[in-house]
Amino acid sequence: MAEDAAFTVGEIERFLVDEAALLDEWRLEEWLTLLAPDARYLVPPLDMPDADHRDTLFLIADDRRTLASRVRQLLSGTTWAENPRSRTRRLITNVRLLATDGGEARATANFAVWRFQHEQTDVYVGQYRHVLARSPAGLMFRERRAVLDLETLRPHGKLSFIL
Amino acid sequence: MDMTKAQDLIIDDRARGVFRVNRRVFTDPEILEEERRQVFDRSWLYAGHESEIAKSGDFVTRKVGGRPIILVRDGDGTARAFLNTCPHRGNIVCREPAGSTRLFRCFYHAWAFDLGGRLAAVPGDDAYTQAFDRDTLGLKPVPRLEIYRGMMFVSFDPAIESLVSYLGNAREYLDLMLEFGGEEVEIVHGSQAYSMKANWKLLVENSMDGYHAIPTHQRFFNQYLADIGMDTTSWAGPIRIQGIGLALGGGHAVIENRARALPITGTAKGELDRIRARLVERVGPERAHRIADYSRNLFIFPNLILISSWHTIRTFYPLAPNYMEIDAWANLPRGESPELRQRRFENFISFLGPAGFGTPDDVYALEGCQRGFAAWRELSWSDISRGMGREQPSSQDELQMRAFWRRWHALIQGLRGQTDCSDRLEQRAAAE
Repeated sequence: MAEDAAFTVGEIERFLVDEAALLDEWRLEEWLTLLAPDARYLVPPLDMPDADHRDTLFLIADDRRTLASRVRQLLSGTTWAENPRSRTRRLITNVRLLATDGGEARATANFAVWRFQHEQTDVYVGQYRHVLARSPAGLMFRERRAVLDLETLRPHGKLSFIL
Repeated sequence: MDMTKAQDLIIDDRARGVFRVNRRVFTDPEILEEERRQVFDRSWLYAGHESEIAKSGDFVTRKVGGRPIILVRDGDGTARAFLNTCPHRGNIVCREPAGSTRLFRCFYHAWAFDLGGRLAAVPGDDAYTQAFDRDTLGLKPVPRLEIYRGMMFVSFDPAIESLVSYLGNAREYLDLMLEFGGEEVEIVHGSQAYSMKANWKLLVENSMDGYHAIPTHQRFFNQYLADIGMDTTSWAGPIRIQGIGLALGGGHAVIENRARALPITGTAKGELDRIRARLVERVGPERAHRIADYSRNLFIFPNLILISSWHTIRTFYPLAPNYMEIDAWANLPRGESPELRQRRFENFISFLGPAGFGTPDDVYALEGCQRGFAAWRELSWSDISRGMGREQPSSQDELQMRAFWRRWHALIQGLRGQTDCSDRLEQRAAAE
């Protein structure tokens, strides 16, 4: 239980705020190191926010390899939807530590990601439902799940950056 | 719309091989209103799939052709389509996107309707006169509903031809695209509801545009497929020019290529080979070859797309000249193993959807076209002539788009009857 006891809301909050900065600053390769080798990055469909990616069509269900490719594509210049890249600003609040078990912490946080591109403004609102673990360097994601509260991606149209 | 004005929107000179579309068609609200009445309201529109309302009482609500509708399976097991507006005073009767019920009750004055749409309860009905006719005050059915292999189509034109007649030559291709798994398909959980700040006709073009695939989607073909260890030569090599584009009549069209490397051809090769072998047993080697060894993007006029690489059904409708709503689903064979299903989901979202490695760049491209069209008065024409002089245009050419535009152009002028959607000169002469 010693390693369980090490998780605190304050530590998780600092981790998520630092993580958000990496994404807003487009430091995507650094950001990628925050994910465990077996981690998943999940965005469920808007009509089934609680679904399982194994039996439901998600918006995103990246394993680490796919996520690494997503990062490479975003940095390559040929992800046209992000070239020139959009401006984003993430507001992370309401961090809650729900459970700790076996060296893992389940934590939620609310997010609002503002996105600006070509004089269009979109806001992506939802809740992170993360599974966190410890690495020698600090916290890391075992599962990074971004659950959007939006009913549809209208008028957003796309989710071309990392949520 | 003024006939001459509508006629001038497209230049279709088959002898010289010139095909141009006036960009006003993407920006003019008057044209959009004409499209709603002359195109969408005179066509069969995909509304949903029977598998979404599998049991009596199951319903889904959605917008089709701009109208709120309810698709429901009634007590006898018959699939029905109603306008989702109370015959009394108009409120939306069913406010849930999907579910199961025995009664639809409008909360406004508590009128209630059974699954067959009949008026079942009117609080205080003793206040009405003899003229109050319950039989005429049920939920209003959509004027026409027909179902083809589980696909529910509605039309707001009571006099429209049968769905099978409307599908015409496209039916053969629709069959090929529904039989890939050896079983009838179903809509799976997880829908994609998104939008583009672009004219709806741009998505018609884009959804069967082989020419854009490599430049727009190079990150998928060159990066992602390579990143997951796929051999990408089937996309980059000469095989890609062997594909064909076909005008199927009625504005329907298809592009067809030999099947190429996709995530699933690597992750589920064994299972796909077994499915193909079963297809050979069931329908013979020739038909199995046609079904399994080609990829197709099929367009059913005016707003339905099926794409075999990802097994998607996509439909869309304009809310404004520069804005459309898009709904997309995966249609997959019933009874597949959970493992294969998961591989198919991965395959789908690797490219498609608002967060795939393909769709966001299409959204961005089409929204970019729309922004460019603000200059339509100075730069008035888009060129859609690619492959016009060829005996058999390739899937990199634009015959399939011309097929759409020719039907669109006929309807927007108020013309009735058949349209020759092909590039051929002699048919044109015969038709005139």
